[in-house]
Amino acid sequence: MSNDALTGTTVALEHRGHSHTPFYIVWGVLLAITAVEVLLAYERLQPVRMLSILLGLSIVKAALIILWFMHMKYELTRMRRLMMISLCVCLALMCVFFADAFRILNLGVK
Amino acid sequence: MADVAVERQLGHAEFEPSLFQTYSNKIGMWLFILSDSLTFGALLFAYSYGRISNPTWPTPFHSGSIVNATVMTAFLLTSSLTMVLAVSASSFGKRKAAIGWLLATMFCGIMFVVLHVREWIGLINEGMTPSKNPWGAPQFGGTFFTLTGLHMLHVTIGVVVLGVMVLRSMGKKFSSNDIETSGLYWHFVDLVWMFIFPLVYLMSTRIV
Repeated sequence: MSNDALTGTTVALEHRGHSHTPFYIVWGVLLAITAVEVLLAYERLQPVRMLSILLGLSIVKAALIILWFMHMKYELTRMRRLMMISLCVCLALMCVFFADAFRILNLGVK
Repeated sequence: MADVAVERQLGHAEFEPSLFQTYSNKIGMWLFILSDSLTFGALLFAYSYGRISNPTWPTPFHSGSIVNATVMTAFLLTSSLTMVLAVSASSFGKRKAAIGWLLATMFCGIMFVVLHVREWIGLINEGMTPSKNPWGAPQFGGTFFTLTGLHMLHVTIGVVVLGVMVLRSMGKKFSSNDIETSGLYWHFVDLVWMFIFPLVYLMSTRIV
């Protein structure tokens, strides 16, 4: 058996025992969260609050995609930890702008 | 050096087993995804900094634009579902089903690009360029086109890669590993949009 076939078997085993139902559920949840985000755009929320909520929802969506669609849920714990910590650090870099957001807030600029 | 040590221990030319007990293509793709996250993270940071620090930041996206962007998001999310079903089918050796799901993913990707180009054309017709726009802060155009343009380029490359996967699957080079690896890339493109959509579009709406 070739190496590719061997690892292919591993992939198959990952999926075996897991029906497609969770994927459909995750897809539905992602669409629902998107709908909530769009509805929020029609509410005239204060920008910082709006940003906080949208970022929170985006992180939830990202987690769902990574865990189920990208199969991180089925990977080894060490891979999960190493990759996710790195990714979270990367994404956390965006939080740097919060300091400036507070400055704007204190200045009262919309 | 390390390889030599392993060779001596095992007595024959073999490498250590993978730390993550998976194939190297997949690990390589994950490393690429991590590095690409930095690229998009930096661009999103630049956009957000401009958005927050500039009181005259434009809010050009009206209700029609939001509906368009929401449909684009739905296409991308649906493409992720079809992609994961393609990976699942390929892992069981169901070649025809995998090809079908891959084609469905490509269709969703193409629809995303078409809607995105249509939106770009609308903004350009309203007078927006990378250096100026009729609504306010001139850097809006540059950051918007760079961020969404790079993402659109990623989607386009993804569609091409999936096309190659379909052609290979039709021939004798059907590989579930390759389909899974390209799937990782595709889901990453979807993931990035989950941040672009709210930060760029929903935070810049002008709904009256």
